[in-house]
Amino acid sequence: MWDFIVERREQIVYNTLQHANLVIQAVVVATVLAVLLAVLITRVPRLSGLANAVSAIGLTIPSFALVGLLLPLAGIGAITAFIAVTFYAVLPILRNAVVGLQGVDTTLLESSRGMGMSELTSLWRVRLPLAWPVILAGVRVSMQMSMGIAAIAAYVLGPGLGGYIFTGLAQIGGANAVNYAVVGTVGIVIVALLADLLLLLLGRLTISKGIRA
Amino acid sequence: MTATHETSTQAGDRAGEISGAEIQLEDVVKRYPGQKTSAVDSLSLTIPAGEIVMFVGPSGCGKTTSLKMINRLIEPTSGTISIDGKDVRKQGHDELRRHVGYVIQGGSLFPHMSVEKNIAIVPKLLGWSSSRISERVDDLLDLVGLDPAKYRKRYPRELSGGQQQRVGVARGLAADPPVILMDEPFGAVDPITRQRLQDELLSIQRELRKTIVCVTHDIDEAIKLGDRIVILQEGAHVAQYDTPENVLAAPADDFVSDFVGSGSTLKQLSLARVNEIELADWTTARVGDSTEEVVRRARVAGHEAVVVLDDRGRPLGWPWLRQLRNEQRIPSYDPERLNTLDSRATLNDALDTMLTSSHGGAVVTGDRDQFLGVIDFTSVTDHMRMLEQQAASATDGEARG
Repeated sequence: MWDFIVERREQIVYNTLQHANLVIQAVVVATVLAVLLAVLITRVPRLSGLANAVSAIGLTIPSFALVGLLLPLAGIGAITAFIAVTFYAVLPILRNAVVGLQGVDTTLLESSRGMGMSELTSLWRVRLPLAWPVILAGVRVSMQMSMGIAAIAAYVLGPGLGGYIFTGLAQIGGANAVNYAVVGTVGIVIVALLADLLLLLLGRLTISKGIRA
Repeated sequence: MTATHETSTQAGDRAGEISGAEIQLEDVVKRYPGQKTSAVDSLSLTIPAGEIVMFVGPSGCGKTTSLKMINRLIEPTSGTISIDGKDVRKQGHDELRRHVGYVIQGGSLFPHMSVEKNIAIVPKLLGWSSSRISERVDDLLDLVGLDPAKYRKRYPRELSGGQQQRVGVARGLAADPPVILMDEPFGAVDPITRQRLQDELLSIQRELRKTIVCVTHDIDEAIKLGDRIVILQEGAHVAQYDTPENVLAAPADDFVSDFVGSGSTLKQLSLARVNEIELADWTTARVGDSTEEVVRRARVAGHEAVVVLDDRGRPLGWPWLRQLRNEQRIPSYDPERLNTLDSRATLNDALDTMLTSSHGGAVVTGDRDQFLGVIDFTSVTDHMRMLEQQAASATDGEARG
């Protein structure tokens, strides 16, 4: 096992970074998308039911199936993987963002308007900062989930550690099958833990002391 | 008990210059779609510059709606509202609101911003320089009785309810707006804190003389704070718009008298102050005076007790003559055991003090605790009766004219 890792250490490190890279990029894009959607939904309350339904149904689509569906559209490679991961990453963030934005005390919002903040200023300076802890909790869930999804996305030759898992599965009974699977899995777990730590730190830095739990 | 609440409602003893602006509402109507009756049905009102006008009425009477139409948080269906002669609809609503202070229940501070940031919101929106803002924050915290060094960096959750409300008031005053709107500002704090905050608001107002429009459902608060009270009925129909004195003494109709409640004469007690009443002279004595001579003077004046003063004229005790029987000279007394009344105390406080005294009266002191005289039950009741008659004849006169 050790030899297996040492022999391929450069490639493993590279793939690990690729995996982290894919997931983090996808989650960042997903966060922006989800928050924008959530803002839209809080402005048009009728959309809120629709959004809940979409995110509930979305999460029931097997990721393997989605990757398959995307193949004819986006082809094989990193782009398909990125789209698939982003799609799933949006869902938990969207849900939390809607809950978070709707949960902001309406008297605070009215008070911000009453002091002459424009709607955009009020959103930026009052509503988003107050909803941020809830949104960030969604981002953490999303990040964990996306780590696994990114592994599946390797099936279409996406970047990252998923490739090792598929190689392992393909070579069941072979000499390095278990090694491949273990390296892929443990690598993902480690990346996931580090990413979570990073998000925790981000929370420390971005959540106001006045509302931190 | 030395009561020194400042509960004046007389414009006359205000110190500062008027910095408020007149607000005028003309035929203001608010009708929500799908509702038969208007929430506000043709409200016309002039709110004089530099006064506190209280909107009071049962819930659902449209008082909050009326208030929010002034800063256009609610847009009127028809009618005009002007501040200082300028139609509020002719200005952008954000611009308008930056020049109208807005204070709501509990202060409604933003929990994710420090006290400093909360107060700085409107000045920042107006583009003040940061040094000017910082100075202003210090001034305001001082004004509302919070030590800037200690509180400016704190977050709302680190403050008590009363402190939060103080910061809320400071935030409303931040850009020095001529008009301040308050919506149940002291509704969320305990009664003792509320009383203190009310007193503070009055003393701030004495200095600043803004135009303050304040919504409350509490008639006692309205009487205490208001220069004038607007009593609103359903649909924001004005049942009466008058000074607290006249509302209490001469309610316009049954609705008002029901709303004001049965204790209206009692309520007047917190309007009038001890210094409005002529105090009774009383036999005084200095520590060390000959008892025999003091007793003789007291007997001539018909007093059963004498007020003992120290050499600076401050009352020390109020002994009965029989307590002095065995004394050659007037002894000294511990002033701690004498309940005096400050001349600025309300009659409510005065009655309180009198009730705990065995003399059926209270010793009144002025500046630096100088003895001024004695107040008794009869003078208080006479005064109340006189106020009532005055108000009645004033409204009679209006009715005839």
